[in-house]
Amino acid sequence: MSISKENSLFPDPRVRSPYNERDSAACGLIGFINKDRQRVSGEVIRKAITNQHDRGNGLGGGFAGYGIYPQFKDLYALHLMYDKDNAISEVEDILRKNLSVVHQEIIPHKATKAIHSHPFFKRYFVDVPLAAHGDRHTPDDYMVKIVLGINEKIDGAFVISSGKNMGAFKGVGFPEEIADFFGLEQYEGYIWTAHNRFPTNTPGWWGGAHPFSILDWSIVHNGEISSYGINFRFIDTHGYPCTMMTDTEVVTYIMDFLVRKHKLSFVDACSVMAPPFWKDIDAMPEEKRHKFRLLRATYGSASLNGPFAFLFGFNGGLIALNDRVKLRPLVVGRKGKTVYIASEEASIREICPGLDSIHAPHAGQPTIEYLDEEKK
Amino acid sequence: MYYEEPGARESLGLRTPKHEDLFHSHPEYKVERDDAKCIRCLCCVRQCPYETTFYDPMRNVVYDVHSNCVNCKRCEVMCPTQAIEIKKWGCGFRENHHWKFRDYGAAYKQSDTGAVVLTGLGNDNPYMSYFDRMVLDASQVTNPSIDPLREPMELRTYIGRKMENLEDFGKESFQEYPNILAEVPIAFAPMSFGAISLNFQKGMAAAAQELGTFFNTGEGGLHEDLLPYKDNAIVQVASGRFGVSKRYLMNSAACEIKIGQGAKPGIGGHLPGEKVTAEISKTRMIPEGSDAISPAPQHDIYSIEDLRLLIYAIKEATEYTRPVSVKIAAVHNVAAIASGIVRAGADIIVVDGFRGGTGAAPKIIRDHVGIPLEVALAAVDERLRREKIRHMASIIATGGIRSSADVVKAIALGADVVYIGTAAMLSAGCTLCQQCHRGKCAWGITTNRPDLLARLPVEMAKERAINLVKGWSREVKEMLGLMGLNSIESLRGNRLKLRGVGLTKLELETLGIRQAGV
Ligand code: SF4
Ligand code: SF4
Ligand code: SF4
Repeated sequence: MSISKENSLFPDPRVRSPYNERDSAACGLIGFINKDRQRVSGEVIRKAITNQHDRGNGLGGGFAGYGIYPQFKDLYALHLMYDKDNAISEVEDILRKNLSVVHQEIIPHKATKAIHSHPFFKRYFVDVPLAAHGDRHTPDDYMVKIVLGINEKIDGAFVISSGKNMGAFKGVGFPEEIADFFGLEQYEGYIWTAHNRFPTNTPGWWGGAHPFSILDWSIVHNGEISSYGINFRFIDTHGYPCTMMTDTEVVTYIMDFLVRKHKLSFVDACSVMAPPFWKDIDAMPEEKRHKFRLLRATYGSASLNGPFAFLFGFNGGLIALNDRVKLRPLVVGRKGKTVYIASEEASIREICPGLDSIHAPHAGQPTIEYLDEEKK
Repeated sequence: MYYEEPGARESLGLRTPKHEDLFHSHPEYKVERDDAKCIRCLCCVRQCPYETTFYDPMRNVVYDVHSNCVNCKRCEVMCPTQAIEIKKWGCGFRENHHWKFRDYGAAYKQSDTGAVVLTGLGNDNPYMSYFDRMVLDASQVTNPSIDPLREPMELRTYIGRKMENLEDFGKESFQEYPNILAEVPIAFAPMSFGAISLNFQKGMAAAAQELGTFFNTGEGGLHEDLLPYKDNAIVQVASGRFGVSKRYLMNSAACEIKIGQGAKPGIGGHLPGEKVTAEISKTRMIPEGSDAISPAPQHDIYSIEDLRLLIYAIKEATEYTRPVSVKIAAVHNVAAIASGIVRAGADIIVVDGFRGGTGAAPKIIRDHVGIPLEVALAAVDERLRREKIRHMASIIATGGIRSSADVVKAIALGADVVYIGTAAMLSAGCTLCQQCHRGKCAWGITTNRPDLLARLPVEMAKERAINLVKGWSREVKEMLGLMGLNSIESLRGNRLKLRGVGLTKLELETLGIRQAGV
């Protein structure tokens, strides 16, 4: 729903839900990061999420992998999903006109017993020509504009992911079925996230599965954000047209807005999204109190209220955040240079039986893990 | 049984009614007294400020001039034997759906005097209430509701301009805007000393201090007795400029420029001479007994540029330490006006709907001018957001907020905070008799006559105002909790929590909400 546009309250062609309503879902998630950049096969993450089979209902599964395209690591990798044939030429037209396409290919996928009807997938490795973005935009800004433009305007096409050296694979089905559909075992990455979805109201659209991704940012999410109504209005008026009416979309845009546009650190962005209680802020030492008071007062409309746990992947690392009263499960396990974060401990133990440590982060306390060289 | 015997008036020196008097003596109410219960204590005679009830010692009879009764209920409540019941008088005129008492009563009055008919309180006409056509959401299954008795639930709100971003935080160049902190999203509406009693104002001031919120001086200046509460005072600068000085501006938490009032958009404040006592004359700096009629516009504001000058004059005078608020009546085009006001430098914008109360206003204006708060608020919030200037000003909604549900709905539509006026008066015992303009309020709320004032001890006014706001706050927390929220900022502007019932498509769009069921 887009309140700020004309005809806002009534069927909006941009909205993918067949009911023109907001998506709500409960889910299972897991992710891990090898901080030493050791790349492992997608088979590992498939195994872990399969352990959480019962947290989904077969209407959505997906994965994001980082470090999977070393041969094109400086190019934006666009994962495109097409469910209408003529959309392909429209999109390729846009790409040709605005970007330089270095390489393109079909994303290998095969119908399985579980998944027989499905969209068509292609990937494009592209560069942003300097002349295109000029000095007024960064290449990232330029990319975002093109991605949002395709998603908003081209019927039958959807950009699933658009980051460098990363990609998202998702669809309608249980995650293990999606993994088999895309042959996830052929990719190797140092960060993986996975999602098993239990949607209550958006059946059947592949783009609606998690992760939701823009540039190299990807998010998998479990929860229903009760403050969605204002988060959506806030981010919409700051130039992010929300076309999918999903929590993940809003969370990703808010993260992008806070970190990329407003230059907050990830830690501060997390305390905007899951702000500490005023009573805790009041008890902080002066300078800290001042900062937290400002963060809350300035970005109150961006704070996420209601149950959630999300994993946020990006090229430099992996972030996990819980809502401020911890209404969704989230556990963190560690083993050597690897950090595992999941809805259920069992799915971590499934792929790493001998953990060094395991703990449940406090409500609203972000877990932020960076890849080694990229430490900020 | 009641008595109004022939000759009773004469025995008390009253005239026998003449034909022309009949025009305005069709009584609206009847004071019915159960003579068997009446013990002749004469309490009702002493209590009635409206010359309705008399005692004839010769015949030991308590009798009434019914046409004077305004149904303020004071005698009814105070009678020790509950002998009195105020009733609607008879059958009224022949049924007429077009001509109501409000019309012919006013016409009679005006034919007597040729004057403008005054009234008090807010618009009482049967216009539709949008608040009553909006219902709230609740969490079921997919997200849990939160229990305010067991979990923290936050109502704290900062009022004033917010930073656009915090990029410069920590640098020397970082400059914050002054904000004031409300622990509850409910503050007391502007009501001036003079329009209301000093006791009531003190009660609200003390309540605001204890609750961690604000009271508003209205345009009547700040009485010395209120100085201890200055940190909880929003001081008003209106077209009359009563009592305005640098000291006045500094004795405040925030300053407010009053452009308009929901009860009487387009005209200035009105304090009838009857209400201007010695104390009021001192605070307002005007002669005793003189009508204090504020000019309709502020005579130094004929345009938005002029408003900017006044906003900055106040900011200069207060050395940029106070947020400056601008209060306007809800009128057509309110969104564009609000946007201009915010760009002119206002840190707070108060939108006062047409149900808003008044101490005195021409009845015809109160009843026919202005638009409902709900639609005005929705339009203002949406416009400021669309223009990306919502962070530049907080929105205070006022004018007809009747309950905590109205508070929640107003905040969901986009308000930061609400002002309550009539509801605060109710806490002090107001019976909505609409006689505020006469300076005889039977409950000591809108009068400064010492005998009537004594009926409302400050402590009582304070305690009851605190109770009301606390009660509402609890209810707001309950409603937040059931919506799955635990802080008020997640409700603010969260219109998905509202659904319309029985509204047209256009009305839904204007309010920015969806139809119930979808
Ligand atoms: S107050 Fe009641 S008992 Fe006393 S005189 Fe009036 S009617 Fe009679
Ligand atoms: S006290 Fe009020 S209700 Fe009673 S007779 Fe007087 S005006 Fe009427
Ligand atoms: S304040 Fe007093 S005069 Fe005004 S309506 Fe209430 S009871 Fe009547």
